[in-house]
Amino acid sequence: MSEPKQRANSSRPTSRRSFLRSGLALGGAVGAGAFAGRAAAEMPDAKNLPPNVPEWSQSLGDGVVSRPYGRPSKFEADVVRRDVEWLTASRQSSVSFTPLHRLEGIITPNGLGFERHHGGIAEIDPAEHRLMIHGLVEKPLMLTLEDVKRFPRVNRIAFLECAANSGMEWKGAQLNGCQFTHGMIHCVMYTGVPLKRLLEEAGLKTNAKWLLPEGADASAMTRSVPIEKALDDAIVAYAMNGEALYPEHGYPLRLVLPGWQGNMWVKWLRRIKVGDEPWHTREETSKYTALLPDGQARRFTWAMDAKSIITDPSPQAPLHRKGFTVLSGLAWSGRGAIRSVDVSLDGGRNWRAARLDGPVLDKALTRFYYEFDWNGDPLLLQSRAVDETGYVQPTKAALRQHRGLNSIYHNNGIQTWHVLPNGEIENVEVA
Amino acid sequence: MSRSPNRILIAFAGLFLAVAPASAERLNIGRAATPEEIKGWDIDVRPDGQGLPVGKGTAALGETIFQERCASCHGEFGEGAGRWPELAGGAGTIKSDSPVKTVGSYWPYVSTVFDFIHRAMPFGAAQTLTPDETYSVTAYLLYLNDILKDQDFEVNEKNLATIRLPNEKNFFMDDRETAEKEFWNAKPCMKDCLPKEAAITSRARALDVTPEKASEAAKPSAPVQ
Repeated sequence: MSEPKQRANSSRPTSRRSFLRSGLALGGAVGAGAFAGRAAAEMPDAKNLPPNVPEWSQSLGDGVVSRPYGRPSKFEADVVRRDVEWLTASRQSSVSFTPLHRLEGIITPNGLGFERHHGGIAEIDPAEHRLMIHGLVEKPLMLTLEDVKRFPRVNRIAFLECAANSGMEWKGAQLNGCQFTHGMIHCVMYTGVPLKRLLEEAGLKTNAKWLLPEGADASAMTRSVPIEKALDDAIVAYAMNGEALYPEHGYPLRLVLPGWQGNMWVKWLRRIKVGDEPWHTREETSKYTALLPDGQARRFTWAMDAKSIITDPSPQAPLHRKGFTVLSGLAWSGRGAIRSVDVSLDGGRNWRAARLDGPVLDKALTRFYYEFDWNGDPLLLQSRAVDETGYVQPTKAALRQHRGLNSIYHNNGIQTWHVLPNGEIENVEVA
Repeated sequence: MSRSPNRILIAFAGLFLAVAPASAERLNIGRAATPEEIKGWDIDVRPDGQGLPVGKGTAALGETIFQERCASCHGEFGEGAGRWPELAGGAGTIKSDSPVKTVGSYWPYVSTVFDFIHRAMPFGAAQTLTPDETYSVTAYLLYLNDILKDQDFEVNEKNLATIRLPNEKNFFMDDRETAEKEFWNAKPCMKDCLPKEAAITSRARALDVTPEKASEAAKPSAPVQ
């Protein structure tokens, strides 16, 4: 067992990719010289390779419940959320990013979904948590978590994207990695009660027009939500991907507003006030408004525009050999389902249809693939999503024409990855 | 959905008490929130002043509180320390290349200032300021932004909503679906969409601000096969 440990402890984190690379080297199909300079610790031990019988095939492994709550293989230790320290003043009011470049399918594992907190992670004992619904209702309600779970349940897969996702890229290419440029998104299956059902229990008064959900954390997050959305597809969720919400995602209760900017999906939900006008809270005035070049500012920009990103290859997931290559990516729209995705290898001059695979769901991440032969020439990779409303993901230049450079939020422009002949990939912009 | 049909149903059910109770809608889960419980949590404030607690304060009183509880992050004069938010200044910068968004230059409503201080500030000691202290800190921020000229002017629950911020008129409802209508173009270009080969105009590595740990897989690698 010593060899894997060495690898896991080596200065360069081991990844699936380095295994693949190493495997190729020893497979004999390529010259050893190609891998000159690689750390010896990353080379597989020949004694575990054919024709030899690996050590794990001869001795017993750990028994059941050696990991009462399972975790990924230790060889996947680099698949983690990361942050950008210079971005924010403190880690309690900050963001971490989903490692999109190492994920597949459309569901984000609970431990890898990006975080955005405004007052740190509230650690709440569910026995001491209450959800209060009051304001313009017939009967103000006080609900325990147990009460909430007694209501009829729904399950729904939905993406959650921070309105500031890709916000660092407005003025030009800045961060090398889709984890950082596009990682403020995740997609899970929520279980909970339709918000409409809870409001019916409280009984809406006829002048009820707006809701103010509020979090129980130290920022007491509040946003104004129009009643139409609340009665349409909003959910008060207590589970994600089959288990209780994680604390960083709002345990024990959070609001789910499919397709709408993540800031409104109030975590640690403790109160819903019903009113007849919006509140204009700090997060919908000072923040999450789009300042345009003429000094005017767009507010209540709830829906997330259609967007896509090639996750592999990408700067953190370079190419390692010529020949048959699978390009993998994600597309989504806050206005409905993805209709199609196109891929360009030449910076947007020519496009070809990508293949959607797996469920194509309303307001959920959608996986796409494009397979091609790479001859080693430089590439300028792009993807472009089209949603069921006919919205076509715009170029960054087209977006800037409408919004200038200082609107911070809702940057859904087409991303370009520059593939160099050595397989390295960088974040660039093209014209 | 229309809420009125349900209302009619409820009224109708009331006429025939022996028939299904009004809980055709209600499941009778949970209990009524008491007025005391609501009062303890009901802290939100609207631009028209609804929700403001009884209280009063002045910029002069607010300055003392601000220096003690707020200035370590926001600066003595609201100029912001390090990456913490600037709260004052920025007048005339909103249309510039580097807008400075403060209470005076950008925020539309004074109620938001009161509400946010009261619920979330000071950072790490939320909801520890009394209503009077919150009125005073709000007044001090208005004074720093030249909205209030007299540091002894009393701000209270009756007059806070009458104080207007200069940038209020510059906010408008989301209009992307009309302003950006050209993006709804169901048949995008597929061939020869650029007049010539695409040229690189901007590169992330020119800035080199990506966190180091991120590049574990992207370090210069061996030549491709």
